[in-house]
Amino acid sequence: MTALSFDITQAQGNFTLNACYAGDMSGVTALFGASGAGKSSLLRALAGFEKSARGKVVLAGETLLDSAAGRFVKPSKRGFGMVFQQPNLFDHLDVAGNLRFAERRAEGLPGPQYDAVVEALDLGPLLAQRSQTLSGGERQRVAIGRALLARPRMLLMDEPLSGLDSKRKAQILPYIARLPQQFALPVVYVTHAVDELTRIADKMIAMDAGRVVAFGDLPEVFPRLDLDAGGSHFEAGAILQGQISDHDPDLHLSFVTVEGMRLSMPSAPLELGAPVQLRVRARDVMISKGRPEGLSAQNVLPVTIANIIEEPDTAFAELFLKAETQILRARITRAALAQLGLARGQKVFAVLKAISFDKRGF
Amino acid sequence: MVDLAPLWISLKLAGVTTLVLLLLGSPLAWVLAQSRGRWKPVVEAITALPLVLPPTVLGFYLLVILSPAAPFGGVWRDVTGSSLTFSFTGLVVASVLYSLPFMVQPLQSAFETLGRGPLEAAASLRAGPWDTFVNVVLPLSLRGYLTATVLTFAHTIGEFGVVLMVGGNIPGRTKVISIAIFEHVETIDYAQAHLLSGGLLVFSFLILLLVYTLNRRFPVHLGRL
Repeated sequence: MTALSFDITQAQGNFTLNACYAGDMSGVTALFGASGAGKSSLLRALAGFEKSARGKVVLAGETLLDSAAGRFVKPSKRGFGMVFQQPNLFDHLDVAGNLRFAERRAEGLPGPQYDAVVEALDLGPLLAQRSQTLSGGERQRVAIGRALLARPRMLLMDEPLSGLDSKRKAQILPYIARLPQQFALPVVYVTHAVDELTRIADKMIAMDAGRVVAFGDLPEVFPRLDLDAGGSHFEAGAILQGQISDHDPDLHLSFVTVEGMRLSMPSAPLELGAPVQLRVRARDVMISKGRPEGLSAQNVLPVTIANIIEEPDTAFAELFLKAETQILRARITRAALAQLGLARGQKVFAVLKAISFDKRGF
Repeated sequence: MVDLAPLWISLKLAGVTTLVLLLLGSPLAWVLAQSRGRWKPVVEAITALPLVLPPTVLGFYLLVILSPAAPFGGVWRDVTGSSLTFSFTGLVVASVLYSLPFMVQPLQSAFETLGRGPLEAAASLRAGPWDTFVNVVLPLSLRGYLTATVLTFAHTIGEFGVVLMVGGNIPGRTKVISIAIFEHVETIDYAQAHLLSGGLLVFSFLILLLVYTLNRRFPVHLGRL
C-alpha cells in the first residue's frame, strides 16, 4: 500500500488548480477529466515541476511539499517516476544508454531489474538503436522502461498515449495495465479517454475545472459522471461487476451474481464463474415504491436512494441508488420524483429494463 | 626574419579568453535560458553591449576601470603586485568582456532549443541539477559549444581597438598580431604585413573549415555515456 495525500493550489492565469485528495494508490489510478480540467498541472505539481504550486504533498509518509513550512523537495529527490506526453528520450544515447542512465541513478534501491524491464516491454531488439530511428510507440515504451528503472515509489503517466494512433495505443495499453502487478508499482495515469480509463484503471480521481470532483473505485465513481461530452445523459449509467452463476439453455438466459444479487440476462457464451462487467444505463432504470407485480421486467432490486440531483431547466432528475455496495443510477422525470415523494435514504425498488455486457472488460 | 611573438601572444590570449569564457559563459547562458525573470532583458542587453559599442569606447572605459588609480585596478595591484593595464592579464580581462556575447549567445540559444523536456525527464530519473547539466545538457548542446568556442576564439584573435586601448603595444607582452600588422603597415613594411596577414587569413580559414567539417560529420551525438 502506498498512500498519497495532496492539497495543492496553483494559479495559472485565469485557471486555478485547487485539488485535494488522500488515499491508497496501489494499482492503476486514473486521473480523469476533460482537457483543461487541470490533470496535467496536478501531476506536474506532484512531481515538483511547478514551483508556483502551494500546499502540501505527502507520499508514503514523507512530506514532499509543505509551502506553509517552506518545504520543497526537489523533483529528483521525490521518488516519482514520470512518463510524459513526449517520450523525452536522450538523443545522445541509444536505447540501452537511456535505460542505463536511469538504472545507474537508482542503484541500491529496491525495484525492477534491467533484464526484467527489457523483457516486460519487449525492448531487446531496440537496445542498440538511437531514439531517432524508433517509431512513436517504441519511443514511449522505452520511456516507460526508463522510468521503471529509476525504481520510483510511484509512476506518474501524463497522457503517454495521446500522440499515438489507436492501433499503437492498443499495442501499448496491455503493457501499462500489467505494470502494477509485475513490479508492485502504483501508477497514476492521466487521461481524458474513456476507453483507456476502463481498460487499465482500478481506481479513479475525477477532475473538473481544477478540482477533484469524485474519487474511488472505478465501478463506483464511473456511473456518477456524465462522461459523454455535450451534456447528453443518454448513455450515462453504472458499471456493475459480477460473475456468471448459471445458464438456462431453454430460455436462453444467463444469470449473473452481483454481490449476492441475481440478475438475468440474454445468454452469453461464458464459462461459469467468469468475471463480467455489466452496464446499466440510467434511462433503463425505473423506480417503484413497492415490490412491483405483473411486470415484464425480470430484474428488480431492493435499493436505497443515496442521492437525488434535480437538473435545473430540464424535466429530469438523476437518482443514485445503493444496492449492497454497488451504485446504480436512474434517470426519471421530476414530475415522477414529486409524485412518488422520493427522498434520500428511502428504500425503494429499482426495475432494470435492460442490462448489457460491457465488452471493455478490465 | 619574421617576428612571430605577436602571433603566439594572440593565440595565447584567444586560448585563455576562450577557456575563461567557457567557464563564465556557461552558467550565465544557462541562467538566461532558464529564467523568465524581469531582470532577464537587462542582463541580455548588457551581455550584448560589446556587439554594438565601438571597441574604443569599451577600451576607454576598461582603461579607466582597470587603471591602478581606479578602485578596482588599485585593489588588483595591491593584491597581486602588478598592474592590469598594459599587461597580459589586463588583455585577458578586456577580451573576456569584449567576446562575451560570442560565447553566451550561441550557448543560450542551444540551451533554449533543448527545451524543458530532457531536463524534467532527467530530474524524474533522480538526476540532480549538476548531474543533469553534465550528462544531459552538455552532450546535447555540443553543437552550440562548438560554435561558441570557435566564434569566441576567432573574435578574440581579430580584436584590435580594445587591445590597443588597454594593452598598448609592448613587444613580447601585449603586442598581438593585429597590432603588429598595423605597425608594419604604418612603417610601410608591406612584406611583413603580408606575411602576418596572409598567415592569419589561412589560419582562420583552416579552423573554420575544420569546424564545419566536424559539424557535418558528427551532427549531434558523440558516443554513449
